[in-house]
Amino acid sequence: MTHALRTSDLGKHFGGVRAVTGVSLALPRGARHAIIGPNGAGKTTLINLLTGMLAPSEGEVYLGEDRITRLRPDQRVKRGLARTFQINNLFPDLTVIQCVLLAVCEQRGAGVDAWRPVARCEAEIAAAREVLRLLRLERAENTIVRELAYGDQRLVEIALALACKPSVLLLDEPAAGVPKSESQALFRAIADLPGEVTVLFVEHDMDIVFRFAQRITVLVSGSILTEGPPEQIARDPTVKQVYLGGRA
Amino acid sequence: MSTAPGIVRIVRFPWHEAVFWLVLAAGFWLWPKHLPLASQVLIAGLFTLSYDLILGYSGILSLGHAAYFGIGAYAAGLLAQGGWGEPLSGLLAAGACAGLAGFLTSFLVVRGQDLTRLMVTTAIGLLLFELANRLSSITGGVDGLLGIEMAPLLGAFRFDMYGRTAYGYCLAVTFLLFLGVRRLVHSPFGWSLRGMRDNPRRMLALGYPVSHRLIAVYSLSAAIAGVAGALLTQTTQFVSIDVFSFGRSADVMVMLIVGGAGVLYGGLVGAAVFTLAYHYLSALNPVYWQFWLGAFLIAIVLVGRGGVLGAWARAVSALREKHRRTVTQS
Repeated sequence: MTHALRTSDLGKHFGGVRAVTGVSLALPRGARHAIIGPNGAGKTTLINLLTGMLAPSEGEVYLGEDRITRLRPDQRVKRGLARTFQINNLFPDLTVIQCVLLAVCEQRGAGVDAWRPVARCEAEIAAAREVLRLLRLERAENTIVRELAYGDQRLVEIALALACKPSVLLLDEPAAGVPKSESQALFRAIADLPGEVTVLFVEHDMDIVFRFAQRITVLVSGSILTEGPPEQIARDPTVKQVYLGGRA
Repeated sequence: MSTAPGIVRIVRFPWHEAVFWLVLAAGFWLWPKHLPLASQVLIAGLFTLSYDLILGYSGILSLGHAAYFGIGAYAAGLLAQGGWGEPLSGLLAAGACAGLAGFLTSFLVVRGQDLTRLMVTTAIGLLLFELANRLSSITGGVDGLLGIEMAPLLGAFRFDMYGRTAYGYCLAVTFLLFLGVRRLVHSPFGWSLRGMRDNPRRMLALGYPVSHRLIAVYSLSAAIAGVAGALLTQTTQFVSIDVFSFGRSADVMVMLIVGGAGVLYGGLVGAAVFTLAYHYLSALNPVYWQFWLGAFLIAIVLVGRGGVLGAWARAVSALREKHRRTVTQS
């Protein structure tokens, strides 16, 4: 079976510190997969390894059947692997649609066009509006990003990633800093994403994780402790002990 | 044309821009005795425009941009000295040489961050200056290149001693290149440059090959700087290794900051303010003029955040707000 995203024995060492060790994941197409773990478990490092922001010390990353371990981050995006950041990483002085247009233009090959004014990129503008519509952000189209509520900024993060037309979407704590009331809406938007998009998300909010994930991987000290469907993870005594503290 | 509000406002040529260029075109009648100085302003303006592309729009800090200005200046000079005095083809050849040099050195420049870039570009400028000094048999060293003779422009306009042809030539070239740069900064590529300036990491995560795009704009900027250098050589029919000097690289940075970085006209305005201040202050006080120039620059930077154009934009905005309040109250 061809997986949308797969890693084999992926690892990253910073000197003597093993941030990620021997991580092997396999996400089928359309999966909603969560990665959980205590602070310092290596979740963000893993996302950085998958996206090419960090070069692995060992192991391989596959997108579909292609080995992408040595590709640059932008090359991985072009092949369909997009991400969001744990802390908003946007363009605060641009409007929402301007931000999304940046992503759309490059995705559609217009990023090298040095002659046509952006205002005449009708197809790209329409595609950007479609992304905003998907995330119910049309109302904020012309709002400057820094003036948006934090929850909406998180949605813009996702809009930027979606505008890259990913086959695999990596969400690094998408609900971080978002009030509970808004985080549910945010995850509903994520749940409404097209079924063919594979979603791998890192999240601390267990309610959200257990509601939206089809499978969960528990990462502890850079290694996979266990993996399985939410019910199994909730019952796992080791997980309760090292991560959930017996809450689940 | 379907235009989304908030996407881009300025596409056509607005009236105040047309006025700006018409005033420059009227320079033949408005300042007929100062055409050589006006040509210097235009050349400095074109050079600063090229620098704005890398600093103002792309965030590449450089203290060695005179390297490309110098290459263009010498390419045009050596071609003319060798018998190729036709100005337009010489200009193109000079731009191509400078662009190639920019491309070859860009790999060193774009890989670092601000301080690294500052060091690398300074080193490139100094290396070329020393190289030109060392190769004085070719470059003429500090004495300059002799025997530069330019053919009439378009086969009809001789470069006259009053500087009319030179001014028209500089104005036409600056205007055409300005139009090209203006078009570029409003294009998706131009937008991506600002994205890379503000948040290169995010641009990488959006699929932009950041280094490749910076290499492209750096090479283009170098080519335009080379054209500016070639204009200087062709209109003065002289070039010396001073074109590579560190001072020239520092001046272009100051001009851009004075005018306003990343606002297209900032380079032209900054070049005009700087060159005219330089000219008139040195005439007023030949010994201590640099003191007054320094004081003037400090005042501009302190008062006008965003340069002259930044201060202008704030003043216009304040006046509009005052007018709006007056209308509302009455």
